[in-house]
Amino acid sequence: MKYELVIGLETHVELSTASKLFCSCGGHSSPKEPNDCVCPACCGMPGMLPVTNKHAIELAVKAGFMLNCKINQYTTFDKKSYYYPDLPASYQTTQWFNPICVDGSVEIGDRTIGIKQIHLEEDAGKLVHDDATNTSLVDYNRTSVPLIEIVSRPDFRSADEVITYLKKLKSSLQFAGISECEEGAMRCDVNISVRPEGSEEFGVRAEIKNMSSLSEIKDAIEFEKVRHVDALERHTEVLVQETRRWDDVKRRTFPMRNKETAADYRYFPDPNLMPIVIDDAWLEEIRASMPATAEEQSLRYTEMGIPEKEAMVLASDRKLSDTFDEVVALGRAPKSVASWILTECMGNMKRLEIDELNIDAAKLARIIELVDTNEITRPAGKKVLSAVFESDVDVDKYCEENGLNVKVDESLILTTVQRIVAENPDAVANYKSGKTKAMQALFGLIMRELKGTGDPVVIRTLLEQELNK
Amino acid sequence: MGYFVNSINPSGKIAVDDTILIKGTPATAGSKMLENFTPLFSAEAVERLEKAGYEIAGKTNVGEFGLDLLGETSFFGANEEDGVLAGAAASLVKKGEVKAALSVDLNGAPRRAAALAGVDFIKPTYGTVSRYGVIACACSGEQIGVTAPDAETAKEILSVIAGHDSKDGTSLPAEKYDYALTDVKGMKVALIKELYDLASDAVKTGIDKYAASLKALGVTVEDVSLDIVKEAQTAWQILMSAETTNNLSRFDGVKYGHRAAEYKNIDELYVKSRTEGFGFLTKATIIYGSDVLSKSKYDACYDKSMRIRRVVTEKVKAVLASYDAILAPACSQAEYKAYDVLDSFEKVFEESVFTAIPSITGLPAMATKGVQLIADSYKDNVLLSIAKSVEGLEA
Ligand SMILES: [Zn+2]
Repeated sequence: MKYELVIGLETHVELSTASKLFCSCGGHSSPKEPNDCVCPACCGMPGMLPVTNKHAIELAVKAGFMLNCKINQYTTFDKKSYYYPDLPASYQTTQWFNPICVDGSVEIGDRTIGIKQIHLEEDAGKLVHDDATNTSLVDYNRTSVPLIEIVSRPDFRSADEVITYLKKLKSSLQFAGISECEEGAMRCDVNISVRPEGSEEFGVRAEIKNMSSLSEIKDAIEFEKVRHVDALERHTEVLVQETRRWDDVKRRTFPMRNKETAADYRYFPDPNLMPIVIDDAWLEEIRASMPATAEEQSLRYTEMGIPEKEAMVLASDRKLSDTFDEVVALGRAPKSVASWILTECMGNMKRLEIDELNIDAAKLARIIELVDTNEITRPAGKKVLSAVFESDVDVDKYCEENGLNVKVDESLILTTVQRIVAENPDAVANYKSGKTKAMQALFGLIMRELKGTGDPVVIRTLLEQELNK
Repeated sequence: MGYFVNSINPSGKIAVDDTILIKGTPATAGSKMLENFTPLFSAEAVERLEKAGYEIAGKTNVGEFGLDLLGETSFFGANEEDGVLAGAAASLVKKGEVKAALSVDLNGAPRRAAALAGVDFIKPTYGTVSRYGVIACACSGEQIGVTAPDAETAKEILSVIAGHDSKDGTSLPAEKYDYALTDVKGMKVALIKELYDLASDAVKTGIDKYAASLKALGVTVEDVSLDIVKEAQTAWQILMSAETTNNLSRFDGVKYGHRAAEYKNIDELYVKSRTEGFGFLTKATIIYGSDVLSKSKYDACYDKSMRIRRVVTEKVKAVLASYDAILAPACSQAEYKAYDVLDSFEKVFEESVFTAIPSITGLPAMATKGVQLIADSYKDNVLLSIAKSVEGLEA
């Protein structure tokens, strides 16, 4: 029998707000020390009352717009109770009854993934185990940091679809300024089951908690698929609905202790937080502040004359598109910039195993300018770029010190051209008999001789003169 | 045990319940759990008083987290004389040791205490006095109020502490509230039959006497039936316990407050610290609150109680559409004897029938001359006007 995977995702993303969800603590994205960004409110001290961060509401609404959701203009906060030392008030404020966004969708390839809801909630702190004293220490820097949880419908049918969705989600959230989506800041709970192909019923579901690496998510899904199919086909085990965790060392999932999952969270509306009413005017204000989506960005690039495929690659990554926009803004031709980013920069990134493009736009713009105005050759330009990637050199100084400037003596070019022509009578004969390719070979020899420092236009002109004598 | 848990300033004229925070002074809330807890900030109401030049005398003894009848469950001991219970703040005011006191009315304790001591306590309209700095239990209904010897003093202190506070999300928008006293002649007051019938003869006599005074002032007093007093009582019990359970869950022995001396793991740390730190009534309330919030009972208990809250509010407001105020007993008896702590949960529930309506609706209420008055939202001035006029009769 053939089986199909049925997967739903709950994705937690940190919002890019300056302060926490219910207090004015800031700096939590780059704390210097544990418990650096805390106050009585986010430490769960008695007497403090929560005050909702308006910006977090706006960012959640933006996420809703991006994922084609219906925005609940009346939305409430609820308390979820459980005891854990990283949760100082022993309850988490979340949205259980009236989430801020519902019923959305996102396209991945030719498939549509339904979005059940997006809700706001606060993050918990972090436990640090101190082996020296065999105690656990608690760091509340992250408590009450605003998160959104994006809950998909069980519409994924493969691990690849999940990865495509997460990549798209990440780039879209970054584009809209909703989340930085920094490494590990996007956490997923993966709900997975298997059923005979064509069946409408759902199989027994396993939930794999708290995954953040795409490759681990993929591996965990593949592992679960095999486990579920084995159980159905060969009765290796009886499937039960349970929560599991991925063990990256053992490369498999394990059931979590029942105690951690069978909790009754005792949800109820937070009486300290009045329902939030997002009136039409506010909604429109948020809509108007939406930046271009990746699709819109890509369209904008094609309108600048960038081929569609390249435009899509540029638009899919915030760092690439930001760099592109900045360099173009510095006056460089869009086509030229696209080619330098997609070919040369990405080549360097691959060579140096860098994930994100982090180049000074002014330096890249200067390199492109030097090449486009023939002050240095393209190979020389590539050389500078590599040096910028490797050791962030100063472009002009580097060209100067390495003699890359084209201002090479024309007489040196001429003597070189004459020498090469004299040394290659066969090529000259070929050229004269109509084989124009022979000229290209000679040109290459001259370029190599001059180590890429000669102005190609000058070389070509002098070579033509010499050949046609 | 004296009335003060901690003195601050011997010349101070305002007492503050130990459930309200004052920066740098321990705030115990009458609990062993918070015996050594010193807050980092002051309640908004305290700051307003200090800014206006009032000095705080000290922190008054309260029942554990303010959940009981008259403070009898305090870890530091009950205030009783010859086996008769009394509230600490009301006693201090009655003796003239302080000018007034701030108390949190969570389940009627300061209203009851004032009624028994024969002083005034006003629980203002919910949202008019900031709850910032209150050791919270039942956020949806608890409110800081003022215990004072007379209505004029209650008005003076209330005018200082009331007003919008952006630190409290439920704080009402107005900058100032109008406490201007008005002539009560021609006012109409509804005497709630169902509550009157539940009170002892001594309390009934007090109500009759008060009604007679009102009539002497030209106020009409009529018997009115309000058929939701039991529903209000039960629904408030559910909401109050559930919210208390949630709010007290922060006291887990991890960050501050009492921590058990020995424990093998985190679960044992929680269980032992909370078992040792909380008294009987608090534990009973937490267990009850956990139960009504559980998944299987949520709809039938908590959700239903929220719906009852709306119905009660509508019905009481319907009465207040025809009457300026409601007259009712504040408690069942004229005095309370010390009782077995194991009976406290039932005892508090029984008594709350008299105080639950203002708690669950957020309407302003006042204990004065041993009775209770209730008015519509923002009509705190009507309560103060009536109380002052009756007090004036004897002067
Ligand atoms: Zn904070």
